[in-house]
Amino acid sequence: MDSDHVRTLEARCVEEHPPACQNACPLHVDARGMLGKIGTGDVAGAFALYARVVPFPAIIGHICDHPCETVCRRGEAGGPVRIAAVERTLVEEAYPSPRPTARRQTKPRRIAIVGAGLSGLTAAADLARKGHRVTVFEADAHPLERLRHDYPEDRLPPSAIAVDLGALDSLGVVIQCRTRITGGSGPRGLETLIDTHDAVVLALGPGVAQDFAPTIHLADNGRIAIDSQSRATSHPKVFGGGFHGALGENYSPIGSVRDGRRAATSIDRFLQGASLTATDAREEAEGSCLYVNITSHAPVPPTEPSNPKAGYTLDEAMAEADRCFPCHCLECTKACAFLSHYRTYPKRAVREIHNNLSIIMGNRKANRMIDSCTLCGLCETVCPTDLAMGDVCLQARQEMVASGHMPASHHDFALRDMADSRSERSAFARHQPGFDQSTLVFFPGCQLAASSPGHVERLYAHLRDRMKGGIGLMVDCCGAPAHWAGQTDLHGEVRAHLHRTWTSLGEPEIVTACASCLSMFRAHMPEIPVRSLWPLLTEIGWPKGAGQGSAGKTLAIHDPCVGRHETEVQRAVRTLARGFDVTLEEISSPELTTCCGFGGLVSFANPEVANAIVDQRAAERSEDYLTYCAMCRDNFARRGKRATHLLDLAFPPTDGSDPAARPDPGFSGRRDSRTRLRIHLLRDIWEEDMTDPEPAWTVIIPDAIRAEMERKLILVDEVTAVIAAAETSGQKIKDAKTGHVIATLRTGPVTTWVEYENTAEGALVHRAYGHRMTVEVPS
Amino acid sequence: MTTSTDPTPPNPEDLICAKCDTPLRIGKVLASYMGQTFPVDLPLCPTCGFVYVSEDLAEGRMLKVEQALEDK
Repeated sequence: MDSDHVRTLEARCVEEHPPACQNACPLHVDARGMLGKIGTGDVAGAFALYARVVPFPAIIGHICDHPCETVCRRGEAGGPVRIAAVERTLVEEAYPSPRPTARRQTKPRRIAIVGAGLSGLTAAADLARKGHRVTVFEADAHPLERLRHDYPEDRLPPSAIAVDLGALDSLGVVIQCRTRITGGSGPRGLETLIDTHDAVVLALGPGVAQDFAPTIHLADNGRIAIDSQSRATSHPKVFGGGFHGALGENYSPIGSVRDGRRAATSIDRFLQGASLTATDAREEAEGSCLYVNITSHAPVPPTEPSNPKAGYTLDEAMAEADRCFPCHCLECTKACAFLSHYRTYPKRAVREIHNNLSIIMGNRKANRMIDSCTLCGLCETVCPTDLAMGDVCLQARQEMVASGHMPASHHDFALRDMADSRSERSAFARHQPGFDQSTLVFFPGCQLAASSPGHVERLYAHLRDRMKGGIGLMVDCCGAPAHWAGQTDLHGEVRAHLHRTWTSLGEPEIVTACASCLSMFRAHMPEIPVRSLWPLLTEIGWPKGAGQGSAGKTLAIHDPCVGRHETEVQRAVRTLARGFDVTLEEISSPELTTCCGFGGLVSFANPEVANAIVDQRAAERSEDYLTYCAMCRDNFARRGKRATHLLDLAFPPTDGSDPAARPDPGFSGRRDSRTRLRIHLLRDIWEEDMTDPEPAWTVIIPDAIRAEMERKLILVDEVTAVIAAAETSGQKIKDAKTGHVIATLRTGPVTTWVEYENTAEGALVHRAYGHRMTVEVPS
Repeated sequence: MTTSTDPTPPNPEDLICAKCDTPLRIGKVLASYMGQTFPVDLPLCPTCGFVYVSEDLAEGRMLKVEQALEDK
């Protein structure tokens, strides 16, 4: 994952783009943050955010022309947040009579500012804060004369002007009123100012400036020609402030402040010899790119002040601030339990993943995060720019494996389970008895074989009955665990093996009952024709008598995440279920389905996140769920959500038990089922000589211990092997107090410990645990 | 967390190597993972060297070290 690719990915995530209000504000006030603080009653914090960028908070808080409100997205759901009215309450409630201090400059420069309007005084304040010596020349009797005339006192109280001018005074700005600067080189001429100062701001307001024509160029309308971005004029030492409010322009106080600030920024650059035009935050704001899902917010009308003239009380301002959504995208984070667990979003996560991969020395803190994504594709489905975190996480896993930095414990168990499902204990492929070719081959998927082997037998019998030309059977693994683990080489081996098997069967079309297998074949083995079992069943029907006892049930249907775009399959499953007179409820649209926690092997690398994912889905509806993926069903069952597989409806348990209450068979149960399925099928259908496996030792495991073993990924076979080895070799520990036996065995990368008690019925297990470290006495 | 129906974990002082009929004693042991080796004191059989790792150790300190080494 090179830096360019990372930057491209980061750029596609819009979450960090400024909201529309901030984007539209000439000063880029963080209105979203400010409203958030007011909403929680943090008035001081809100004022601090406001005053950080607004040079005259008391004045602007009363007269801002609030372009933010025009673009406020709340406007689409009840009316824009009245940000200006909230700001007014904020400055009236929280103005702390500030005494700003100027930075110490080793070489302060002399700056002359002509005009003590908002624009000129903003430039004065900004440059004074940087430690420069600023003198403002004003022709009128008072600074801010225009504001005093244009606004009545109940709109802009004189006290607000006084407090802001007081703050300016404390910065050391000198204002010389009744001092008109003229053109030319007289004592108060512009050329004299230029000669005696390091830079000059002409903040003249809206009028024409013919007097200055010989010194600086004028535009056709008689105003000083000023670059709108840099505020540069034709004279390198002279910069222009704003001139809003004439020639048909609307007067904008906040626009004047912005122009003064731009002039000050340019002067600072000019004094340092830096470029005036290099890209910076002064660029004209374009529309905000931040996506906001407005439909998820109910319309709320604006708060009306009880006394419109006085404006909002603090309580009213807090209520109005609460109308701010606030604007965020976070579509993926809201939808994904993995991203919300890590309180992250793609832009931040991609950077974290990239940094994690780039670490040479030190801890790779994002390893577990990378392995906690189910690769389910929901994020890209809801993302306004189709950014796929699953692709990022999968690529990161592949790189971690390639560089030897994948933590072995994250996927080791799942890969050993995959190895078992591909081994001679479980996997096989045959033509239908009596045929030397297959027109179709049934590929049930290793998890259906493991979860409900009886259904595999029933389906295969049905397919043989209805389909002509020889229906082969291929019980194997599609390699999804290797792919999800980032094990590129191992996945390649699995594909090569599957290809060989398929070729040996005469290259028939594969029919699979598993959504993961379907997607793995399609994505990684396009040479193999593959189709889903479910549409085929709508064509050939069920066996006679299928679905008895299912009529009248109401079930909420859960589509597997890998099949979120398989519309043909989704339709077929619904048709099949309704054919049993089952009433179906949708949990979400199939496209927005979530993972059950098994995808991406998350249940192995981060069980906490996997459980959060399945629990979140399970809580969406109260009805029993209907699935058509064995792993989805078992994961719901494991977390206590009643769930029925479509095949449970078709072939209900013969003992009359409730299929929705069928417990999760667990990893040991699954392995056992796969092994027994192979023996049954080969013995019963192909009449091969098969013997049932003998247990190595009689072991009794109470349910509570079995559940803990499942959580710790310890298999019954492993516990049995420990006990058998100890009892055979005599190498064990005895607890003199309890009479229990403690034994251990290293199998593969894990050491398993078992505490048990030999009883007349067998070894009763009291405790099982494991570790990956090895321990030995030094030789 | 214990997996036992009997929540009391074994007391190392009560443990006897069944093969040698010798009480376990604390001794020097080398614990290794991912090419790193650490000296630790653990109960072991002084005769045959059979080392006992408790559940608390395996799922506590040992697991933390394993995870830390895996994230290096």
